[in-house]
Amino acid sequence: MNIVVCIKQVPDTTEIKIDPIKNTLIRTGVPSIMNPFDKNALETGLQLKDNYGGKVTVISMGPAQAQAVLREALSMGADKAYLVTDRAFGGSDTYATSYILSQAIKKLGPFDVILGGKQAIDGDTGQTAPSIAEHLNAVRLTHILDVKVSGDKIIARRQVEEGTEVIETSLPVLCTATKESNKPRYATIKRKIASLKAEISIITLADLPHADTTKMGLKGSPTKVRKTFTPQRTANGVTIEGSSPAEIAETLLNKLVEAKIL
Amino acid sequence: MSFETCKDVWVLIECFRGQPKNVGLELLGQGRKLAESLQQELCAVIIAKDVDEAVKASGLYGADKVYVVKGEEYENYSADAYGYAFLELCRKYQPNTILVGATVNGRDLGSKIAVSLRTGLTADCTALSVDEKTGDVVWERPAFGGNLYAQILCSETRPQMGTCRPGAFKKPEPVPDNRPKLIYEDIKTPAAAIRTRVIEFIEACEDNDIRIDEAEVIVSGGRAMKSGENFVLLKELADVLGGTVGCSRAAVDAGWMPQSKQVGQTGSTVSPKLYVACGISGAVQHVAGMSESDTIVAINKDETAPIFEVADYCIVGDLFEIIPALTKELRARNQS
Repeated sequence: MNIVVCIKQVPDTTEIKIDPIKNTLIRTGVPSIMNPFDKNALETGLQLKDNYGGKVTVISMGPAQAQAVLREALSMGADKAYLVTDRAFGGSDTYATSYILSQAIKKLGPFDVILGGKQAIDGDTGQTAPSIAEHLNAVRLTHILDVKVSGDKIIARRQVEEGTEVIETSLPVLCTATKESNKPRYATIKRKIASLKAEISIITLADLPHADTTKMGLKGSPTKVRKTFTPQRTANGVTIEGSSPAEIAETLLNKLVEAKIL
Repeated sequence: MSFETCKDVWVLIECFRGQPKNVGLELLGQGRKLAESLQQELCAVIIAKDVDEAVKASGLYGADKVYVVKGEEYENYSADAYGYAFLELCRKYQPNTILVGATVNGRDLGSKIAVSLRTGLTADCTALSVDEKTGDVVWERPAFGGNLYAQILCSETRPQMGTCRPGAFKKPEPVPDNRPKLIYEDIKTPAAAIRTRVIEFIEACEDNDIRIDEAEVIVSGGRAMKSGENFVLLKELADVLGGTVGCSRAAVDAGWMPQSKQVGQTGSTVSPKLYVACGISGAVQHVAGMSESDTIVAINKDETAPIFEVADYCIVGDLFEIIPALTKELRARNQS
């Protein structure tokens, strides 16, 4: 089975702080990590390989430093890693990003299974993976808990708000993984050391001669950022005080009844 | 699609087993606002097997027109069938703006439509307006876990599209005497074009609990709960209030609560009438998921906790004393 996993390097959003005076994002010193949901996608891919044999390729689009997450993926068990990088790809929105990744996947494929996280924790759109499927005209199943293969059929469990769907479809398929899909494995020391020396192949625009350059980068992106700002917060809550917990409870409940909340 | 021919604001009314989901009705309120600015009509789009309830609700919440695609093949969501039907409608009626709920299926369908029409889709919008000069919708959305907000434009292609999270907006006031124009479109997706099949559906069961995205009262706990067992205190309070228990990411990461109960950026976005945050510091990731609640009560030992910045009622104190006191007082009041 030929498997490709799309992974993204993201800033650890739990570590981002706001400069209280300038009210701007403090980006320096924020660690870059593999998008957590992509780690679940990688684990899904590695389990498919464990169960059915095959090869797991990881691919990431981003600047040179994104190689770090590719090496991490190799240390977890991926077989081959590709960095998709070119100045022409910069400023891409989800449409352009998904198009570029779809072209890279086409070049490296064909694949039986394409995997990605359900969303990235920086942009939080959840759009890129299903859009890749659309560019490739592939079957897509988002928010997958697990995937079982029998012959050329697959059975997957898909999580939606109201419950879990059991879906039958055929390969090839694109799936996105969630936190509940699995618990990603740890890297072994041996693999970690090997990954430091492993070769990361680079895919640039020149490697995609058949791709439509009008669908790439800032120019190829239908959406543009008009402006960004940090949200202003103003505290205007009422403080409830009292000499005992019982008194505080009583005061709060009186206020809630007064305001017709209870 | 061309700027000249594309008109009207469309809202997808997503259904589950014949019932319209709230998010579609919430978006009719936003769609009305945009339609007025653009001086265009507000249209509901329904694709389902059983459409009657959704048609009724679309009228009640103010749609001028309702496009209805009905068929057996639309019983369960599939990107193939829903995409086929939605794209047929787009080609025939050429919308200017499309709003879709940011549900699991809505995000999926939105991506499919946007890529097929080669247009822009902005995810998870929390505020919508129109740039009157250009007619572009200004899509405002959080990023980096709510640390940063961005305004996004899709100014070179139509339709312009966005998804909005359930609960991000309130349902508009009902308009009982509204009689929208109903347009039934007989669109059949060929069986061969539908590549997936739902062979079983397992309902989410949460011990008869109310789902947090539908609860009117949520009592939520964070890191300061110290253990999973201590959430019983919150459950007791939630029970007397007729609500349910939620939690922050810290409580899920610690293994105290299941992820289905998580409120925040990587969990659910909620907007209950009352949200009681217990021992939750108020990291932006959490606040992003609950700040739209009608009333927020925060209980925290640390008076500098950022949760107090969004709370309507602030209690600086020990939740292990205050929560039982609240439960006791409420029980006493309920009995008298």
